[in-house]
Amino acid sequence: MADALYVGTRKGLFEIARRNGAWDIVGVHFLGDPVTAVLDTGGSLYAALDLGHFGSKLWRRGHSGTWSELGVPTFPEKPEDPDDPHPWSLGKIWVLERGGVKDRLWAGTMPGGLFRSDDAGVSWVLNETLWRMPERKQWFGVAGGEQPGISSVLIDPRNPKDIRIGVSTAGVWSSTDDGASWKIINQGMHNEYMPPGREGEPMTQDIHRLSICPAHPEVVWCQHHSGVYRSEDGGAQWTEITAIRPSKFGFAVAAHPTDGNTAWFVPATKDERRIPLDGKVVVARTRDGGQSFDVLTQGLPQQHAYDLTWRHGLCVDSTGERLAFGTTSGGLWISENGGDSWSAPEARLPPISVVRFADS
Amino acid sequence: MLISTFYVKKGRDVPTVSFTSALQRFHPAPSARVEAATVGEALGAVFAERPTLRGYVLDDQGAVRRHVNVFINGQPIRDRARLSDPVAAEDEVYVFQALTGG
Repeated sequence: MADALYVGTRKGLFEIARRNGAWDIVGVHFLGDPVTAVLDTGGSLYAALDLGHFGSKLWRRGHSGTWSELGVPTFPEKPEDPDDPHPWSLGKIWVLERGGVKDRLWAGTMPGGLFRSDDAGVSWVLNETLWRMPERKQWFGVAGGEQPGISSVLIDPRNPKDIRIGVSTAGVWSSTDDGASWKIINQGMHNEYMPPGREGEPMTQDIHRLSICPAHPEVVWCQHHSGVYRSEDGGAQWTEITAIRPSKFGFAVAAHPTDGNTAWFVPATKDERRIPLDGKVVVARTRDGGQSFDVLTQGLPQQHAYDLTWRHGLCVDSTGERLAFGTTSGGLWISENGGDSWSAPEARLPPISVVRFADS
Repeated sequence: MLISTFYVKKGRDVPTVSFTSALQRFHPAPSARVEAATVGEALGAVFAERPTLRGYVLDDQGAVRRHVNVFINGQPIRDRARLSDPVAAEDEVYVFQALTGG
């Protein structure tokens, strides 16, 4: 069970701890700088920054409690190629994940490069196979940016060579050989905003976020631009979950750590407005594999709330009891009972891009 | 401002490279006198001594970052991709932030 929560915002990293039954801000780091990803590996805390002027940076706090700057993923020299519209330069680190092997980390980035570190983040190697695929040039950008981005990296807990990534926008890609080869695997999805005839193509699917059930890794949930999906075969065949309430649009999803039928979403009105339906902040929870949903509201604002939760703005701890989500309005809510009720720390935070428990 | 002189021999006229205080919030970046014929050589001489600074000023392709400016004697450089603008002795190269949103 996690007693520490990290909240990455437009203006710094906030460290929140549970003390005497309440969640309080106990540390503020990188105040003023945008934080795009955060990861606690047990011994180390990682924070990725997207400095407005000076690029994307990565810092690590070790046991000593002091922060040090690490190397960042860098792209090789771009060859002359009129067919490649994307820059070969790090836009931002969008997600950091443990690699299932000592000192191994994965970083998903904009403009769509996947990087691996085998020395706990000191140095990074681009997955050249994925990056140099001709299909990669067809990936396209996401809202707010022209660049495609890898928003999700799933490592099978049974086999660290089994890797899947979710791309906005390019579907779900899989490698079963430690990244040596890749194929696109997602079937059964439908992207409403694509031109007629292309809505069902695997590579046009706008994967907002993937979340895997660690105890049942064949179960993967997806918050897609055009709806909510669930897979029971590791992300190959997807079934749309039409029971999602109150709306099917959103960015974030969190899979229960042990129960393959339970997941949480933070729905919003699609697509043109991107605000909570009727100004009410809610969390949608299913406990039956998506057949039905509870719309959870206790402790959440139910009038004139215009909070939007981004892809990495929702997390669940290793017990499935503690959840947290953060919003573009700086709203932060924490639950200790699987989402039945929520409380907010005493703070008015900057816009939140990522929340993560120490053990998530 | 403290001028670091360990890059060049004393008494010679050479270009100076200075950095905005906004960058010095992250890393020490004292002004430096360097042997250089181009902006690229001038910055490269500084980065050779302070490698971490490179990624703050240049992108992965070696071009000036979109939200960074490089001026010579108060004028913007022309070649932000290859940094080929010439610099002469007594020129002042100044690296500072360009406008970006809040």
